[in-house]
Amino acid sequence: MNKQVELKNKRVIASNHVKLGQKNQKGQTYTDINDIFYKAKQTPNFLTGSEVIRAAIKVASVGTSVAYPITPQSEAAALIGELYAEGYVDEYFRGESEFAVMGQCAGAAFGGHRVFTTTAGPGTLRAMENFPMWAGARLPIQVCVTCRGINSPLSIQPDTLEMYYLLETGMLIWHAETAQDLFDFILKGFIVAEQPDVHVPIAVCCDGFFVTHTKDTVDLPPDDLCLTPYDPYRNPQPVMDMETAPIRMMRDPFIMKSNYISYATHASWQQEVKAAVERSRKHTIPLLDGLIDEENTDREILIVGSGTAVSQAREAIRLLEEEGIKAGLVKIKTIRPFPYEEVRQATKNAKHIFVPEFNLAGWLAREIKANIPDNERVYVGPHVAGGMTMPSEVIVEEIKKHLGMEVATRGTLG
Amino acid sequence: MSHYEVKAGPEAFLPPAAASMGNVLPDPGEAHIGGKIVPEEEAYEKAARMVLGAKVPTIFPGPLVLWKWNDHVAEEAKAIRELALEAPMRIIPMADYRPKYPKINQEVEINPNHPNLTIWHNKIDVCIFFGVHCHMANLSLKMIRGGTNCYTIAMCAMAGDEDACLSFRDADLKMINKLKATIKKLKSEGVESQAEPFTQFVMGRSGTIVAPA
Repeated sequence: MNKQVELKNKRVIASNHVKLGQKNQKGQTYTDINDIFYKAKQTPNFLTGSEVIRAAIKVASVGTSVAYPITPQSEAAALIGELYAEGYVDEYFRGESEFAVMGQCAGAAFGGHRVFTTTAGPGTLRAMENFPMWAGARLPIQVCVTCRGINSPLSIQPDTLEMYYLLETGMLIWHAETAQDLFDFILKGFIVAEQPDVHVPIAVCCDGFFVTHTKDTVDLPPDDLCLTPYDPYRNPQPVMDMETAPIRMMRDPFIMKSNYISYATHASWQQEVKAAVERSRKHTIPLLDGLIDEENTDREILIVGSGTAVSQAREAIRLLEEEGIKAGLVKIKTIRPFPYEEVRQATKNAKHIFVPEFNLAGWLAREIKANIPDNERVYVGPHVAGGMTMPSEVIVEEIKKHLGMEVATRGTLG
Repeated sequence: MSHYEVKAGPEAFLPPAAASMGNVLPDPGEAHIGGKIVPEEEAYEKAARMVLGAKVPTIFPGPLVLWKWNDHVAEEAKAIRELALEAPMRIIPMADYRPKYPKINQEVEINPNHPNLTIWHNKIDVCIFFGVHCHMANLSLKMIRGGTNCYTIAMCAMAGDEDACLSFRDADLKMINKLKATIKKLKSEGVESQAEPFTQFVMGRSGTIVAPA
């Protein structure tokens, strides 16, 4: 990186939207994101994650939201329907399927609206073709992914495997640990994704049920403020000219239409989408206070995680400390862009790196192993899946086992 | 901390995107030269010297400035023409982004899907992008860097293009005029244009070349 992105002042470049300071039809004042988070008084509220999504969308100046029921995001989608009824969202309707929803979101985004939707598990997979289409078309749509199991036999329970499938779609992927993260990430996500040098879709992911259906204290700004609307004039490319409706764009992409067209165009296009994801660092670092959080990373034992695995790891570290074992923690907030340099720096002193995950693939451990030197230091696990919880004691046990320490025997039958 | 220098090519069969190499775009009041962030003032001087030192310096005005979608744009278009006359530089338009059938007329147009053809044909050694949407500009700039030896300058109206060898950000009428003034100043100090003689072509509404009025 040739220029360090500074954390000073924690600000992104302020909005100069023409509506800044004006009021919308609900009497909310269009306000710069910096002022919403760093100037306005934040008030504690006790809410479920689904209610937090509603609270965020209420102040997000969303133009269109398209819904399709799939647990565990259904409640959030229904609550956004209430916002539509109350006049906080311009357009809201139910799609025919998750695939249709994402196509309809594309149409709304092509038309210049700020677009928000939610999905989960099999819905994410069913809609999958649309995500790289969004990214390739540089549509800054936000989808909140409330992760759940994707495979048969059916599970509605949390599992973060679907995030693995999203990694190379060209979307920004942020992973919220808590309901507070979820609120912050949704609002800040719009701002980062809509920067003209970024302008790609964003998946704000959280662990279904653990975050969406539990109550937590969340600091919220006053709801008489709202984000400045999306500005379509800051789009880095024109709405695609495909002769017909946007949904047809992937049937006749103009760079594949002719033998005269260089394949290099398509390659350069893909590179540009990846580059846009990398550019988001500059805006994300000040808004999220860095792409990772670190606690005691000078220690030899380190736990690196994302999502609610971080909460469990934090408690595991407390339990380990009771036994005189000291461990540090790295919380990864953005999976795309992946915080390569940050993770390298944070793990440089560690001799043992544990990566607890709510999926059996271990995609986060793979990312870390591919990124840091001496990657035999990475212990891939512990893992749970299919809706299992990950008790902090399991993390403790795994760490002690790996370090050759004595572990209490589990109870046996008979 | 690595520094990827964005230089004129030909660099590679598929050169990387500079952003993926860690290059960061300038903040307001800054520009980048070769990927290094510099004060905007420094970039005017460098851009002007590159233009004056080139044999076939060329401006590629894009659709954002070629089509009069507001009065402000018309002023910018006029300023671009004045800049071209001052240097002097050729003007070859990028009127839209669709590929050209059955083949591009390389003498009078450039297309982001195969920009190298126009650059090779006209032996363009320095070019300025203005009024090209950021996505399409970066798309082209990488291909130009990959397969040609053309030094690319981007006057971007948004956040800048890190795939250009030199990029301004927040480019507007004032900045076009400032670049023109810098070129004029250098010429008054004795820096001579190395541009080969040429006739600026003029296109009619049908897209055919017409004699200048």
